[in-house]
Amino acid sequence: MPRISFIESIRQAQYEEMARDPKVFLMGEDLVANVFGTATGLIEEFGAERVRDTPLSENGFVGAAAGASMVGARPIVDLTITSFIYVAMDQVCSIIAKSKYIYGGQVKLPLVLRMCMFYGNSNAAQHSDRNYPMFMGMPGLKIIIPSNPYDMKGLLKTAIRDDDPVMSFEDGTLWSQKGEVPEGDDHFIPLGVADIKREGTDATVVAIAGGVPLALKAAEELGKEGYSIEVVDPRTLVPLDRETIINSVRKTGRVVVVDPAHQSCSAASEISAIIAEEAFESLRAPILRVTTPDTHLPFFPSGEKALLPSKDRIVSALKKILD
Amino acid sequence: MDNLTLEQYYEGYLRMLRIRKFETRAEENHSKGEIPGALHSSLGQEAAVVGACMALEDDDYMVGTHRSHGHPIGKNADMKPLMAELYARKTGICGGKGGSMHLADFSIGSLGETSIVGSGLPVAVGAALGSNMLGEGKVTLCFFGDGASNEGAFHEALNLAAIWNLPVVFLCENNGWAVTMPASKAVSVENIADRAAAYSMRSELVTDGQDFESVYMATNRAVDAARAGEGPTLVEVKTYRFAEHAANLGRMLVDRGEELEGWLKRDPVEILRIKITEMVGDEIRLKEIESRVDQEIEQALEFAKSSGSPDVADAFDDVYSEKVPDYYNIA
Ligand SMILES: Cc1ncc(C[n+]2csc(CCOP(=O)(O)OP(=O)(O)O)c2C)c(N)n1
Ligand SMILES: [Mg+2]
Repeated sequence: MPRISFIESIRQAQYEEMARDPKVFLMGEDLVANVFGTATGLIEEFGAERVRDTPLSENGFVGAAAGASMVGARPIVDLTITSFIYVAMDQVCSIIAKSKYIYGGQVKLPLVLRMCMFYGNSNAAQHSDRNYPMFMGMPGLKIIIPSNPYDMKGLLKTAIRDDDPVMSFEDGTLWSQKGEVPEGDDHFIPLGVADIKREGTDATVVAIAGGVPLALKAAEELGKEGYSIEVVDPRTLVPLDRETIINSVRKTGRVVVVDPAHQSCSAASEISAIIAEEAFESLRAPILRVTTPDTHLPFFPSGEKALLPSKDRIVSALKKILD
Repeated sequence: MDNLTLEQYYEGYLRMLRIRKFETRAEENHSKGEIPGALHSSLGQEAAVVGACMALEDDDYMVGTHRSHGHPIGKNADMKPLMAELYARKTGICGGKGGSMHLADFSIGSLGETSIVGSGLPVAVGAALGSNMLGEGKVTLCFFGDGASNEGAFHEALNLAAIWNLPVVFLCENNGWAVTMPASKAVSVENIADRAAAYSMRSELVTDGQDFESVYMATNRAVDAARAGEGPTLVEVKTYRFAEHAANLGRMLVDRGEELEGWLKRDPVEILRIKITEMVGDEIRLKEIESRVDQEIEQALEFAKSSGSPDVADAFDDVYSEKVPDYYNIA
């Protein structure tokens, strides 16, 4: 299998789905200039109609994507940075999440909102959000949150073909990461199926997005000390593969949940609650969360680095529950 | 420009009378406690709604608002599922999940009646964009109020429709009020139609929005332009709501006194009735239409009242294409 970057996997998913289905189109700011590199070759192949540069009107064009999807098109909206979604919250929460429901299933909205989580690089609080947990609390939206190029491509292709609105949270700390991705356009990963990234028997780490490679490093390190750590990557938060998580915890009896989001009402909080409700009798230690504290990410690099989950914080959480 | 035929006048009268009687009976039965929630009636705005809808083809798109009952009726929807929705029945147009503010019938080209003020405008832009890209050539009519014209969504939507030259007709039902806020205090321009200039957009101002024909003619020009590839138009229709902002607010919010009195004298249904009578010299068909509408309303009420409620399990449908898994133990 060829090794490609996270960004290239996004580009390939978009390219292949646009080539397959003329109803799929891409819209967003500064797309044609390909600022983020996910549109390389698309404008040449599909033209400015289907690779559509928009003005700065997030609420307007996210809503336009909703309307276009209602009449049979399949838009992919590239919002660039996930913090900009706040300007479009009305359309996301009141139109996109609720139209199918409020109209009793008369309509479907097959669209994808793609957003990069631009944290970890001194862009300060307004540009560094990891805000997927907010949308887990909004029924009607599906959420993919891949941790490597293989999953990114397979999940995005599935999302584009899904008949419901899907939000794709793309972790900027993983952009340049390379990984093996199958060639050809039939690589799909179903939504709602977690992936066991590493098998183990002593403790489970459930890790999200950029937390996954950190968890793998922590597992590696503890492996050298004789511990066998399982790493579970939910890959999609809505739907969430509760079964794989619960089965892993039943097997190991110990769990750390790693989530780059702020701690309160994080994905880690929800996953911890599910484990407490469903696998309480298997637990041999408290459930621990490794998240970002409930303060903003500062500009100064040492502060930002200290707040985000790290391999060392995961190792020390695991050690607390392993002993 | 097409002039209205006599048949179109009759059709307009039929649809306006349907709205009039639907709203009147719904308000009555709402006050008896038969209908839950708030109820936003379009009484007084029948000409604005029907005049605009009749300028569309059946398969054109339409986006509406929280004041949602008139729009589908104006676009010739069956009133039975609409009434059943008000009654929160399983046979309602939204299966009992939408209610008074969301009477959207997608089978007649509706793309929603949305109760977050202003939120329909970007959707209309997208429908027109999608329809253009799919080569369908449909026009999208987007209703909104004077209040909505102060929302950011309005301005973003008009700009997008203008730069992309989309076939949208933005139709402002300016009824002078946004709940208790008069348009005269809330809108920076004298006419909302003036706002089109900021987007280099064509506009139409219908000063007599109680006159079915004036609304139809203005909207028709806008629809023709849209279909000819000449892009969007902002149409402002000056009209008035005869009822309170919504039924069940418990008290009269503003005393509109003489202003209301004056407008009640300009009843759009009555104006059209007189006009047709003068044109044909008798009321024979108008009377037929009236008894037909009475019958349709009775049938709609009968349908609604005899239908069952949705089950709690239905609350888990239509969130996604797949049913929401029920691991909540709410019983
Ligand atoms: C974004 C938003 N803000 C406030 C409200 C509460 N609200 C409902 S209708 C309304 C007035 C709307 O005025 P207008 O657009 O003129 O429509 P009209 O009610 O006159 O038909 C308000 C403030 C709302 N539904 N949505
Ligand atoms: Mg108003």
